[in-house]
Amino acid sequence: MTAPAIELKGISKAFGPVQANKDISISVQPGTIHGIIGENGAGKSTLMSILYGFYKADAGEIFIKGQKTLIPDSQAAIRAGIGMVFQHFKLVENFTVLENIILGAEHGAMLNSSLSNARKELKHLAEEYGLNVDPDEVIENLSVGHQQRVEILKALYRKAEILILDEPTGVLTPAEADQLFRILDRLREEGKTIILITHKLREIMEFTDTVSVMRRGEMTATVKTSETSPEHLAELMVGRKVLLRVDKKPAEPSETVLDIKGLRVVDEAGVERVKGIDLTVRAGEIVGIAGVAGNGQSELLEVLGGFADGTGEITMNGTALPLTGHGADGQARRAAGISHVPEDRQREGLIMEFAAWENTVFGYHHSPEIQNGILMDNNGIYTEAEAKMQRFDVRPPDPKLAAKNFSGGNQQKIVLAREIERNPDLLLIGQPTRGVDIGAIEFIHQQVVNLRDQGKAILLVSVELEEILSLADRVVVMFDGHITGERVASQTNEKELGLLMAGITDTSAVANGNGGNENSTQEVHADG
Amino acid sequence: MDKMPKWADIVLIPLISLFLAAFFSALVILAIGENPIAALKLMVDGALMRSAGWGYTLYYATNFIFTGLAVSVAFHARLFNIGGEGQAMLGGLGVALACLYIDWPHWSLAILGASVGAACFGALWALIPAYLQAKRGSHIVITTIMFNFIAAAILNYVLVELLRPVGAMDPASAKFPEAVHLPTFQDMFSTEGSKLFRGAPANVTFFLALLACLVVWVLIWKTRLGYEIRAFGESETAAKYAGISPVRITVIAMLISGALAGMMSVNTTMGESERLILNSTEGAGFIGIAVALMGRNHPFGVLLAAILFGFLYQGGAELALWTSIPRELIVVIQALVILFTGALDNMVREPLEKLFIAMRRRNA
Repeated sequence: MTAPAIELKGISKAFGPVQANKDISISVQPGTIHGIIGENGAGKSTLMSILYGFYKADAGEIFIKGQKTLIPDSQAAIRAGIGMVFQHFKLVENFTVLENIILGAEHGAMLNSSLSNARKELKHLAEEYGLNVDPDEVIENLSVGHQQRVEILKALYRKAEILILDEPTGVLTPAEADQLFRILDRLREEGKTIILITHKLREIMEFTDTVSVMRRGEMTATVKTSETSPEHLAELMVGRKVLLRVDKKPAEPSETVLDIKGLRVVDEAGVERVKGIDLTVRAGEIVGIAGVAGNGQSELLEVLGGFADGTGEITMNGTALPLTGHGADGQARRAAGISHVPEDRQREGLIMEFAAWENTVFGYHHSPEIQNGILMDNNGIYTEAEAKMQRFDVRPPDPKLAAKNFSGGNQQKIVLAREIERNPDLLLIGQPTRGVDIGAIEFIHQQVVNLRDQGKAILLVSVELEEILSLADRVVVMFDGHITGERVASQTNEKELGLLMAGITDTSAVANGNGGNENSTQEVHADG
Repeated sequence: MDKMPKWADIVLIPLISLFLAAFFSALVILAIGENPIAALKLMVDGALMRSAGWGYTLYYATNFIFTGLAVSVAFHARLFNIGGEGQAMLGGLGVALACLYIDWPHWSLAILGASVGAACFGALWALIPAYLQAKRGSHIVITTIMFNFIAAAILNYVLVELLRPVGAMDPASAKFPEAVHLPTFQDMFSTEGSKLFRGAPANVTFFLALLACLVVWVLIWKTRLGYEIRAFGESETAAKYAGISPVRITVIAMLISGALAGMMSVNTTMGESERLILNSTEGAGFIGIAVALMGRNHPFGVLLAAILFGFLYQGGAELALWTSIPRELIVVIQALVILFTGALDNMVREPLEKLFIAMRRRNA
């Protein structure tokens, strides 16, 4: 057996009272893809940051190809042959591909020789690994998938033998993700070692050779992928059995609640983001909007929620809603029976510095039942918040704690408790489980389904296809501000939706797929 | 989890900062050849050991409470109102107009009228920068500081050209009528046998300032408007989501802020000089920034910080009077206090936080 490409022994790291990594040991064989999976805050990112020289471990050793190696900074990591592809790319938008690749690795004061060397090297890399990118194209003109290739090329240009990818598919269409994994396969064949950090169990199951599970700073298991199952991995991550499917009856939709006709939204930069869409949502059904992030779904939610202007027609229970001005603000929308769990709970749904109890009335602070003369009935709000947190199993159940001190999943439960218990006619819900740990996902999905079963209309926006497929009754796909297709969730599959998400409306080749069964597996994630 | 207990944040940090400021001030005093301990004793004697000293300290503190509250209210909406000076100047104009042109039967009515006048003029002076910020995005720091200069120019013009009594030489309004004379602490607290607060300018406005602290506390933490102001201050995107109008909150917060700054002039113009003079604000608008910083934007903290700065003002005047320590050095000491309590807050905070975390770990 050859020496492992990378081996960690007893790595520990604490931030103040928080033990982010506790005595972690892994060993990754060269020429393999090793997955690391774990819930939010399980310590995956900390571990990778130690490996890349951003943090210094309190204890433990790193061995590269059997050699003990110190990695005090990222330059040392690069020298040791480690390359990192971050979730958020570190590219200069208005530089060309070539300029970005040599950035920080220029030889000498003059750029010309570096550039021509890099051009040769790049051509060579492109041929060897199938990483085709035009070296003279400016980054901002490239698709997200191609930008990611540039990141990979950057690492390879620096002679990386070990490639770490942090949540690489979060921003990709299914087709782009597929291409990425083909490239990773090729890199593996050429003997590179790849560490894949992801929250998607499917990617782990399909593409990795071995997988390590982290929970609360500890490495709970390292197993061969072929010898495990998604259910088993989920259990290892959470520490208990997790229901991976959404338990729901078929929908029984009745009258139309929300009716959108010809809606257009122009953003602050003057770019049209929603280009005339028609959409209805009926009582008792969940309509899921699928699409790669940035194709107009967020703007649609913002207009419906009352914090962006639009043009067109929206009727709610038969009454037209204004789309601009004071009558179209969040207060007016709430009065019309629309509740909204926003996509970004930290920037929109909650005031992070406010205590939980203050957040339980955020947006509804004008409601008459929480007023006490000219003052707010703070005692009443507090008591009710305590009860709400109990009902929605928010942990810790302490209303005095500031919102920022709760985990992502518990923050989301606070928002959900507030919005669902208002008993809305229509619930808008954006990225309900982004950054939420797997145990809470189960609970959140169940709450949404319960609301549907009470005959409420629900409009769900998510970039997670599996979530859409398992939660929604009807799926609408958005691409570039248009609706490219509508399918019944139980009669479509990821491939078909993937094509629609890329703007290809002819899906006859992959339609009538029997994706219904495999898609009932719910998205499972935990990033960070 | 919070990094350290609340009491450490509220009490310990300001005390340590204050101690550091005192230490460096002592070095400065040593460097010019004076005895820092004697200087401190003189300041304490002059400002706190006699009732007249307290009368001055609380007079200054009254000004700083109003301007400190003004900065705090705006800051809860994350608006940095550094135009308190100008708003107070115009507030003085409001006081003068109310006192000169309305025939008040009694001071108690006059102080209400003058307060309304001061608040309206101060608020008006804050309204224009607020509107420009809310609607046009002109930065409030730039506009409010510019408005300080405009206010000074306007006051100058009004005093010289309009309010100056015929034949008078100095740029000041006529003396206010006797009926609007506010009771001073001497009037209120002296008994037959003993004269307390002799000659000191502290007056009934101090209680108005205490009332203002209470009102601001209720406003910020107990009312819907305060909730909206704080929410908007913490996150504008979240405020929009909740249907809180940024324009409305910006304007309202600045109006309240300007009104509070303006009300400072009730103390100086009506309570002390009893006529409108050119430089009655004496930089209190700027001290308000330091007071708010040190008081953590909480009315109770503002009250304590205002008294501290009142002490520094009065103690400083005593030093200038009795020693060869120049008046300018007092400004240096005040600057050191501002530097350590405000700007260098993190210098004390971070080591202290680490200490508390380390202690907690040892106990755990």
